[in-house]
Amino acid sequence: MADRERGSTRPSGRVFVARSQVMDGDEVRRALVRIAHEIVERNRGLLGVVVIGLQTGGVWLAERLVTILREIEGTAVPFGTIDVAFYRDDIGLRPVLPEEVTDLPFDITGRTVVLVDDVLFTGRTVRAALEAFAARGRAGAVQLAVMVDRGHRELPIRPDFVGKNLPTRRDELVEVTEKGVTIGDLLTTDKERGVR
Amino acid sequence: MIAPGMTTSTGTPPRPTDQVSDTTGAIGVAQVTSPRATAAEEDFFVDHRVPAVRHLLSIADLGRDGILEIMRLSDAFAEVSERPIPKVPALRGRTVATVFMEPSTRTRLSFETAAKRLSADVMTFTAATSAAVKGESLRDTVETIDAMGIDAMVIRHHSSGAPLRVTNWVGASVINAGDGTHEHPTQALLDCFTIREALTARHDGEVPADLKGLRIAVVGDIKHSRVARSNVLAFSALGAQVVLVAPPTLMPASLQGWPVTATGDLDGVLGELDVIYLLRIQSERLGEVLLPSLDEYHWRYGLTRARADALDKDALVMHPGPMIRGVEISPEVADLPASLVTRQVRNGVIVRMAVLFHLLGSGAM
Repeated sequence: MADRERGSTRPSGRVFVARSQVMDGDEVRRALVRIAHEIVERNRGLLGVVVIGLQTGGVWLAERLVTILREIEGTAVPFGTIDVAFYRDDIGLRPVLPEEVTDLPFDITGRTVVLVDDVLFTGRTVRAALEAFAARGRAGAVQLAVMVDRGHRELPIRPDFVGKNLPTRRDELVEVTEKGVTIGDLLTTDKERGVR
Repeated sequence: MIAPGMTTSTGTPPRPTDQVSDTTGAIGVAQVTSPRATAAEEDFFVDHRVPAVRHLLSIADLGRDGILEIMRLSDAFAEVSERPIPKVPALRGRTVATVFMEPSTRTRLSFETAAKRLSADVMTFTAATSAAVKGESLRDTVETIDAMGIDAMVIRHHSSGAPLRVTNWVGASVINAGDGTHEHPTQALLDCFTIREALTARHDGEVPADLKGLRIAVVGDIKHSRVARSNVLAFSALGAQVVLVAPPTLMPASLQGWPVTATGDLDGVLGELDVIYLLRIQSERLGEVLLPSLDEYHWRYGLTRARADALDKDALVMHPGPMIRGVEISPEVADLPASLVTRQVRNGVIVRMAVLFHLLGSGAM
């Protein structure tokens, strides 16, 4: 579950409490470098490859990936961001609001789109992103890169590039930042519980 | 988020559902006649719609935070409108009914375009071609439309307060598209968005937090204008200073409680304005002998070439339409680059997408 979802769905008065760190900042960086190499290897170079970060959690990872790809291949791949709020299948069931304006300054038709997010969970965000892409053109291929695959898929969606496979409980939360990957819980604050 | 101040239906009088579930006995009509409703009856009476319906009746419902939330959401829909296929599936399966008891093309088309770009289904009701001309009451009309299963009703009516009454009769979200001389909230929202957009372009893409410090003149028939009312509330909520300019006969009898100044002298304030907002002179009102003639109005209050030249070079010219060239604005001024009139129309669709999504889609209930 990306920051975008947590930001708009986290009920007021509930806070993320970190329990254990599973990757540190260096490990996240190394995983990104490996994913970059895998992308180059899979696509035999970077011809026609574009990188798109999912708002908001996937954007900084996508930016890093673009930088690393430039370092290893010497090419600047086109970079965009996408917010999929208007394509979600749970509109009306829970708060759905766009976090950021979509910025895709290029045509994806015929390109190989590498979609980047921080955490792959139910797969519903990725499904929404696929629909958003379909509305803009016919990508040659879409590949999915995520830092953490935490399982619990509700749709037949599978990542192409994974930083870490991380078994979790459904009710846990995973937070990915530059400093590392943390598992934690969403706890109700004392104030919300009425504790003085 | 829960939009601050958005009206909820808590003021709704009891519906049949309330009577079944109500245990206080105060209005337990169904309980008296039939102590225990059968399962089938119960199911019939249970209202399966999402309970907390919300409406947009007045700018006052939104307040500053609500207006800014709509602006932020409009940014996302502005991007959608730039796409080759300017459509998203956000309100798939929802139905929006436009109920216009007063002639309008641009507002109705704007709402319908907005709904279609969100993939909602649109039902159109116009008074001229309906049972209303056969004598059906407003209540029966809207209850009938509501019974067909709609999610939002966009209503324009010649009586102030009609949309508020309608909220008591229907389960759908009610959006005021202009009621009498009361309000026209979506017009004010699109005007705020248009000014914000012009300021953003001027400041190299930096979006202003609000309209603080701007001096905005609203010129024309203030007394009968719902646009003026909504705009005064919206502009001042966002921190702008509003000056009303009108001949005494077209100025409201009292401005008490309005955060505005008023004058009859347009030339006296021209030089200090950031925005000049012209209202349509409703020539149908001329019968009330409020204006000697349209020519005299143009001479004293119209935006002539000479007045346009007296404006600050960065000043923005706005008009809600339909624009009557030669009355409130002279033809050549209407086509100057400072004129944002066509931008207002474009932004009308964008902001109405944001309003519909905010009420029906954001799930903020």
